[in-house]
Amino acid sequence: MEGSQFQRQAANMRKTLFDQGYLDEQFIQLEELQDDANPNFVEEVVKVFYRDSARMIRNIEVAMAKTPIDFEKLDDVMHQFKGSCSGIGAKKVKGECTQFQDYCKAENAEGCTRTFQSLKQEHAILKTKLENYFQLTRQC
Amino acid sequence: MTIMENSGFSSPRNDAFPAGLRVLVVDDDPTWLKILEKMLKKCSYEVTTSGLARDALDMLRERKDGFDIVISDVNMPDMDGFKLLEHVGLEMDLPVIMMSVDGETSRVMKGVQHGACDYLLKPIRMKELRNIWQHVFRKRIHEVRDIEFHEGIDEIHMMRNVSDQSEDKHIPSGTDSVSGKKRKDVDNKHDDRECNDSSAVKKTRVVWTVDLHQKFVNAVNRIGLDKVGPKKILDLMGVPWLTRENVASHLQKYRLYLGRLQKEKELTASFGGLKHSDITSKEPNTNHCLQNLVNNQQCDRTSDSHSIHRNETVIQNVDFKMYEGDMKCTVSMPMAEPKNAINVDNSDPQKSSSTRTSLSHSFGKLDSEVKLATTIPKQYSWNEECSRAQMNRECKPQFQPKSGINSLPLTTLPQSIQLDCVQPGPSLSFRPSSIDHDKAKPEMKPAYVKSRSLGIEQMSPVGCKVDLSSVQTGSKLTNAEGFKFISTAMWSMNNHSLDQVVEGGKESAHRSLNLACGSALKSWDENLHGGFFPGDFQPVNIDPRSIESLNYNNPELTAEVPNYLYDSLKFDFEYPFDSMEYPVMDQGLFIV
Repeated sequence: MEGSQFQRQAANMRKTLFDQGYLDEQFIQLEELQDDANPNFVEEVVKVFYRDSARMIRNIEVAMAKTPIDFEKLDDVMHQFKGSCSGIGAKKVKGECTQFQDYCKAENAEGCTRTFQSLKQEHAILKTKLENYFQLTRQC
Repeated sequence: MTIMENSGFSSPRNDAFPAGLRVLVVDDDPTWLKILEKMLKKCSYEVTTSGLARDALDMLRERKDGFDIVISDVNMPDMDGFKLLEHVGLEMDLPVIMMSVDGETSRVMKGVQHGACDYLLKPIRMKELRNIWQHVFRKRIHEVRDIEFHEGIDEIHMMRNVSDQSEDKHIPSGTDSVSGKKRKDVDNKHDDRECNDSSAVKKTRVVWTVDLHQKFVNAVNRIGLDKVGPKKILDLMGVPWLTRENVASHLQKYRLYLGRLQKEKELTASFGGLKHSDITSKEPNTNHCLQNLVNNQQCDRTSDSHSIHRNETVIQNVDFKMYEGDMKCTVSMPMAEPKNAINVDNSDPQKSSSTRTSLSHSFGKLDSEVKLATTIPKQYSWNEECSRAQMNRECKPQFQPKSGINSLPLTTLPQSIQLDCVQPGPSLSFRPSSIDHDKAKPEMKPAYVKSRSLGIEQMSPVGCKVDLSSVQTGSKLTNAEGFKFISTAMWSMNNHSLDQVVEGGKESAHRSLNLACGSALKSWDENLHGGFFPGDFQPVNIDPRSIESLNYNNPELTAEVPNYLYDSLKFDFEYPFDSMEYPVMDQGLFIV
């Protein structure tokens, strides 16, 4: 049946996301919070996250464009961003955040730049994957 | 579970505690705000969210009793999370939980230092939020326990002999060892009562207005501080809506306040003199000290010694307190001149002139300090008198109190003066020596402390009980000084207060004044030869007998507390006091 097919597909996709390290335990927490009162809770949270994180990424870009780079401020902003990522369980993105912060502490501008690129990539990839996933789940 | 059910939550779902717990979540991260909101709702809590610390504070202020607990992130753009934590603790006295992605020990420690009752790390799990109600419950239980403890003590007193009672009574809330143990016993005994009473203990705090406090003090004085118990006080007060728990907790604070006064007295005495420079600086402290009375935790200074002198000490302590805090206000009076504190003398007609002089001397010193302070309303005519008196005293102890007093509109002499004296006492947080109060601040009931904001006017001399014993034991001049100072200060306080005081009960005032004067004089006398006051010091031989004539522990002393004075206590909580080191949290007690 269609329903069950979608269900299976969604389940597989979900499993992959976890297996490949895109998501962590926190995502499950969100799923557990989902109920009849908020049937699309997880999706809503992810939406909020992406809206807000876009803003944060812009802030980081602005901070990085400054010369000289204020590493402390950069570290602070990244810290906030990381906190947000931890909310939805964005594991890979979080990893990049930590790496970025390490570079900030080392005041390694080049390292920061590289990591930031990597971070934005992971951020975008996850977004697409989740969007697909939610689409699938809505079909069920 | 019975306890929980009867926790007396003022939330709509009392019976289902912790369900219905009213939580305020503050986080600038919208993702987490949404998640936390959902998590808390799942715990059946009532959730309010805010993305800005300022908004959160406004909300808390608007609905004083609208929340049970606050959860806040540490890093926020508009306000530091720790600052918010401080504000909430001080103003609302609510438990606050901090959150952060950063679990660094130093940060966590900072959170705890600022008063956070817990520190959660993001990502936060639901199970962590499920248990936050324990912080609310714990706080309530502690409050109830304090009340129950004291009530239990009172009951025990009735059952035991007097010696036991006195022992029990001397346990200030500040001390842990003894009281903790007793508390256990009491709690065990009164477990049922606690449950029942807990249910009555609501979140809404009693507002101890000056009126109410006055009734309280009257009752206490009538019964006698050493025999007093919440039930007795409650009966005497005749306030139908007041519960025994309310009275018990208030009594506890009052005791602490008295204790603190005593301590201060002792402290200043040990310093042997007013330190002018310190005086002004101490002002804020005094208020705090008094305020801190409310905060039992902070009032560690109370010691057994002062408890012993509790009854007697009151006045003295008050003096100190008053002095300090009032320095600003009261000093205004003769501010400029370290003249006599004469009023004190005047009040006690029986005092020998020498006594008077001593007062003035002490006062004089104080005055100099006081000047720094402030603003005393010059409305009091007697203030001027005082100044005049001061001038007179220069040379001799022959102080003509009358001159000063007569001018006072309110008083008909010592009597009226006494009223003032007595009353403003407590609030005045006098610290004659203003010195290292910190060391031993007697716990003063916050109620009696006059908030600075009100200044003298606000001072509600809650029943100053002069610690004659301490005086007699050679308390330093400072004590006397302080007292005198306070007396004077008090007088210089608002005319209003005077008026009220006068109306309130001249007699008691009279007595109190006598008491205060007596003690002040006594101590002063003893210190006279110590060159207490450099300069103006004029040794006077105080006739001890004059002191004896004073009524010690005049219960009425504490009675006349002008209502407004009480109110003033509520203010100034946020005053950062330094040496006192009392958390401002105390204010919650009186602010209600």
